[in-house]
Amino acid sequence: MSATSAPGAVSTAPSKKPGNDGKPGRPKRPRSLKRVLVYVLLSLGLLIMSAPFLWMAVSAFKTTSELTASPPVWIPTEWTLDNFRDLLDKLDLPLYFMNSVIVAVLVTVSNLVFCSMLGYALAKLKFAGRNKIFGLVLGALMVPGNLMLLPLFVLMSKMGLIDSYAGLVLPFAAGAFGVFLMRQFMQSIPDELLEAARMDGAGEWYIFWRIVMPLVKPALATLSIFTFLGSWNNFVWPLIATNDPDKYTLPVALATFATDPNKAGGSNGMLMAGSFLIVLPVLVVFIALQRHFTQGIATAGMK
Amino acid sequence: MSTTTGKAAQPAKVQAGPGTTSPAAGPKGSRRRRKSSMGVQNMAGWLFSTPFLVLFLVFMAVPIIATLVMSFTDFGLRNVTHPLDANFIGFENYTKLFSDEKFLKSLFNTAYFVVVGVPLTILLGLVVAVLLNNGIDRARTFFRVGFYAPVVTTIVAVAVVWRFVLDPSDGLVAGLFSEVGLTAPDFLGSEKLAMPSMIAMAVWRNLGTVMVLFIAGLQAIPTEVREAARLDGANIWQEFKGITVPLLRPTLLYATVITTIGYLNVFEEPFVMTQGGPSDSTLTVSLNMYREGFNFFHMGYASAMAYVLFVVIMGITVLQLRLLKDNTK
Repeated sequence: MSATSAPGAVSTAPSKKPGNDGKPGRPKRPRSLKRVLVYVLLSLGLLIMSAPFLWMAVSAFKTTSELTASPPVWIPTEWTLDNFRDLLDKLDLPLYFMNSVIVAVLVTVSNLVFCSMLGYALAKLKFAGRNKIFGLVLGALMVPGNLMLLPLFVLMSKMGLIDSYAGLVLPFAAGAFGVFLMRQFMQSIPDELLEAARMDGAGEWYIFWRIVMPLVKPALATLSIFTFLGSWNNFVWPLIATNDPDKYTLPVALATFATDPNKAGGSNGMLMAGSFLIVLPVLVVFIALQRHFTQGIATAGMK
Repeated sequence: MSTTTGKAAQPAKVQAGPGTTSPAAGPKGSRRRRKSSMGVQNMAGWLFSTPFLVLFLVFMAVPIIATLVMSFTDFGLRNVTHPLDANFIGFENYTKLFSDEKFLKSLFNTAYFVVVGVPLTILLGLVVAVLLNNGIDRARTFFRVGFYAPVVTTIVAVAVVWRFVLDPSDGLVAGLFSEVGLTAPDFLGSEKLAMPSMIAMAVWRNLGTVMVLFIAGLQAIPTEVREAARLDGANIWQEFKGITVPLLRPTLLYATVITTIGYLNVFEEPFVMTQGGPSDSTLTVSLNMYREGFNFFHMGYASAMAYVLFVVIMGITVLQLRLLKDNTK
């Protein structure tokens, strides 16, 4: 936000245009050896970071003979879609994709509503017990998920919710992280604004829904992305809460496929194709919305 | 923030809204209204909290307590349908745990993963953050996105990819080894190398989170402080040690705590890459607990494991908070 190139700066007019940023106006710094070294180090690091992705992408299009060649082939001579075809024959990916989408959408929507509601109460409403509830939220942030898995499974079995969307969604319907995030953002809304609305007779629900929620849209965007992705990538609970393959989410389907020697049987081609199909949409979404990610992490990490 | 002034006018439209009662409220009336507004806030506060609290109670608080209760019972498969039939057996599960070689091994493996993995993740994350924050103004976003990308990917898919990357005959690493005329070891099939391989993958996947935290922390350090140090003749290392590290300590604390908690719970990596093998060398506490609970249905025993892990996590977190706080003084 502070990127507003200081209005007081006595720079020449063209430097204010964002397009040719700084070239004429800013004094040229010498392209020192240090800077070159930094670029080299970072590029090297980036190459290592992206290597597994590149390997996955390339391997997904290799023929079987090139996949199993030793030493491995770097660039396939013949690109093929066979791996994807085989995979789709053996694994009902569209079904698992839909399961993942349904669960993630439900989890996201319920988090947006419930976490915002409590976030608003904690940030802007004075009520008895507020501090205790906030303490509860902070405590919940620290409890590892493993601690609940066993009774949760028993509970869901008793409720008949194993192999149901409800069973997959309910334990994640309102997370402490979301409450914390929304509270942080809502605190920056001036009290005078809400007081004015109250003076004019607006009810709390109206204030929350019509005044506060529109003001925290950026926070809602951040929370949506985090929650959706968290649900999309979640593995342990869906693994426990589903027995029927028809209710598997993508990660569970892939893991079951990958760890069962009778199914994938060491076919790296199919596995790379599957990973490619799961990882690619996530990466695309991330790159498109990356600003929200880094902002969300930084905001949550600051306090 | 310019939106605030824009929105401030909006509530005026609400005047005829549902809440407005007597329009001829004098000074007395406004006082009463303020009082009743407090009452409204009290009720609204609880109403707004209810959905979260109900979900929290049913799906978190009760299960947390139930795990504790279950850990003192012989809860097994038949108790999934008849939970109340489980028998209390006191501390038997806990005493059994500490003579169970498999559990002790999983505890050791988890500790190994944390003790090597956390410092590596923090250090590399800090290095990348410092590099990104200093020498570079172009392509900063490009690099940041690149280093952060593994964080957002589906861990199961990524673990599958890494399994192939590390494949000793046709994997990426095997290719690199053969380029320089060496034969790659069987990383995931070797008792000694399986855990280091998994740590490498965890560092690769998590350093982006730490990097983003450090970048935010670095940007919060006022440039004047650095400039002053430079004018006083501090070199890069002195500046880093004397200014950056102390001022970054809160970030360092937070990053260390969340990374440690995450690594203590490590599950997906061994589940997908090695299934805990070879000969339990990558069996972590979480994987052990999952198996005891959901493969063998020794749920009472698995609950005791969950609580031991929880106590370890709490203990280490408190210790870290104390250590890092004391150092600032």
